[in-house]
Amino acid sequence: MMRRLFIGSVWLYFALLLIGPILYLAVQSFNEGIVAFWNEVTKPEALHGFTLTLEITAIVLVVNLVFGTITALVLVRQHFAGRTMLSGLIDLPFSVSPVIAGFMLILLFGPETILGTFFGTLGVKVLFAMPAMVLATLFATFPFVVRELTPLLQTIGTDAEEAARTLGANEWQVFLKVTLPMLRWGFVYGATLTVARAIGEFGAVLVVSGNILMLTQTATLHIYQSYVDFNYVGANAVALTLLAVSFAILTVLELAKAKAAATVA
Amino acid sequence: MKIEVRGLTKQFGSVQAVSGVSFQVKEGELLGLLGPSGSGKTTVLRSIAGLETPSGGDIYIDGKRVNDLSVQDRNIGFVFQHYALFKHLTVFENIAFGLKIKKWKPAEIEQRVAELLQLMSLDALEHRYPHQLSGGQRQRVAIARSLAPRPSVLLLDEPFGAVDAKVRQELREWLIRLHDHLNVTSLFVTHDQEEAMEVSGRIIVFSKGKLEQIGSPAEVYEEPATEFVARFIGAMNILEGRVLNGVVKIGSLEFPAPNLPDHVSVQVGFRPYYVKVSEDPQRYRQTATLRHIYFLGVAYRLEIETAEGLILRSRMNKEEFRQYRFEVSQPVSFAVTHFRFLPQEGMPFPSPTPPQLLDAGPFTP
Repeated sequence: MMRRLFIGSVWLYFALLLIGPILYLAVQSFNEGIVAFWNEVTKPEALHGFTLTLEITAIVLVVNLVFGTITALVLVRQHFAGRTMLSGLIDLPFSVSPVIAGFMLILLFGPETILGTFFGTLGVKVLFAMPAMVLATLFATFPFVVRELTPLLQTIGTDAEEAARTLGANEWQVFLKVTLPMLRWGFVYGATLTVARAIGEFGAVLVVSGNILMLTQTATLHIYQSYVDFNYVGANAVALTLLAVSFAILTVLELAKAKAAATVA
Repeated sequence: MKIEVRGLTKQFGSVQAVSGVSFQVKEGELLGLLGPSGSGKTTVLRSIAGLETPSGGDIYIDGKRVNDLSVQDRNIGFVFQHYALFKHLTVFENIAFGLKIKKWKPAEIEQRVAELLQLMSLDALEHRYPHQLSGGQRQRVAIARSLAPRPSVLLLDEPFGAVDAKVRQELREWLIRLHDHLNVTSLFVTHDQEEAMEVSGRIIVFSKGKLEQIGSPAEVYEEPATEFVARFIGAMNILEGRVLNGVVKIGSLEFPAPNLPDHVSVQVGFRPYYVKVSEDPQRYRQTATLRHIYFLGVAYRLEIETAEGLILRSRMNKEEFRQYRFEVSQPVSFAVTHFRFLPQEGMPFPSPTPPQLLDAGPFTP
């Protein structure tokens, strides 16, 4: 009896929080027919939003993989003053509201600040443009790669790398042929989480982008704008598309996990 | 000399891991570095490999000083306790790794790997990944991988430490056979004195970063150069006492010490098989109570306690044991047939002292 109650309550919880909203969103997207859905998803503003989101995600992914790897390697392998503090700071983006992150960027790159003036004289537009949007998304996604790689590096240790050295491999060969391949599942997890988060980022980007139509309006901003403009089908259609992408990413992640569990064992 | 270590020291922060260790290894030798954990043996091995930079001292391989040579250029094979296999590569690719790095031709790689697969009985496993292998197989792959580029020296760090007892025995025999076959100069680290005795031609015993003794298994066993070696290698009864009128009296036991000055405190050591025990109270001069009987498979160990509370261990083989009818708690008679004074720092006698024979008591055969 108790068992049924618990299982039932878990189903209800999932239905209320996940399954219900998703199904309702799907139904509402096609409220005015499949043609209306298609028109909303393919209209220039929506396409521009998708493209912009894709660009930001791509840049963020590359930066995150490179610096995430370096950061994880340094934090695990090097002993230096302030290491513990840096390790503690990695999780900060999880606990800071994206809106606050965006606001900090506004303050940092505002026209009156040193940085703002500097980039202003160079003619580089940071705020209400791509650079600030990338920075904001980086802030939100920064922990993912580092947090995946750090424990992995700790369990792997340095034995295999030392073995490679005794077999004649130089530092570069050790890194490319041993370290990186051994971290591959960490990269897969870190990358998928980064992509998922980058696609969905809203708060920080809203603050720093200015939400300018056809210029700095990402897919999520487009959903918000459509909703505010009472274009419910438009909002629903783009939202459903993003949701499908997230779902696909999640599936990839689960498949990768199963594969990794089979090979690492 | 294949390898020579001169005055090696290594400091980790404030910890002196190795202090002034010197020894030589002959071409083709199989040498065991033996000591408890933290005794510096692994640090010595890693310094020879170039995985650790010594704080002082010199290392020579093939007569060449290698202190400034990188690991990559020392041409050594190294085997790690936890295999350290490349998990993302197959058995074949693991063994071929060093050969690819050294730019061997594909056909030569193919041939060399096949050779090693056969030598290590891994033929059927070349396409497996490390996680699909047993512990013993993994270590054999690791050994094959280290041997592939024909290293001039093979270094093994606790090579059998991560596998269970049965596989460990198999791997020991593997190493001995492999060494007989290839004759490559090999150094291996172990904390297991039995393993060191069984596998090595010579043993170096380490304690607290210092070299205690170097010699054949029989030498370190029969003639321990220091108290540490005596205690560490095999079981030994060790009693402490003072010399008085040329005799060391410990309880009712008397050990003649004609050459030692009075009032010097000494340690008397004797192996368990030099303690003869009989259930006949008249057989030997000393008396005690039998406390425990341990069955060791090939032999028995008896623990006896004298009236003064001294606890001694005796060992006898099964045939001998069957001649008696021992029961726990019964009174027994015993004798110590051989003993030696253990070398101690500042002792006024040569170390090691030769073993001395003791009068066992009124024999009634």
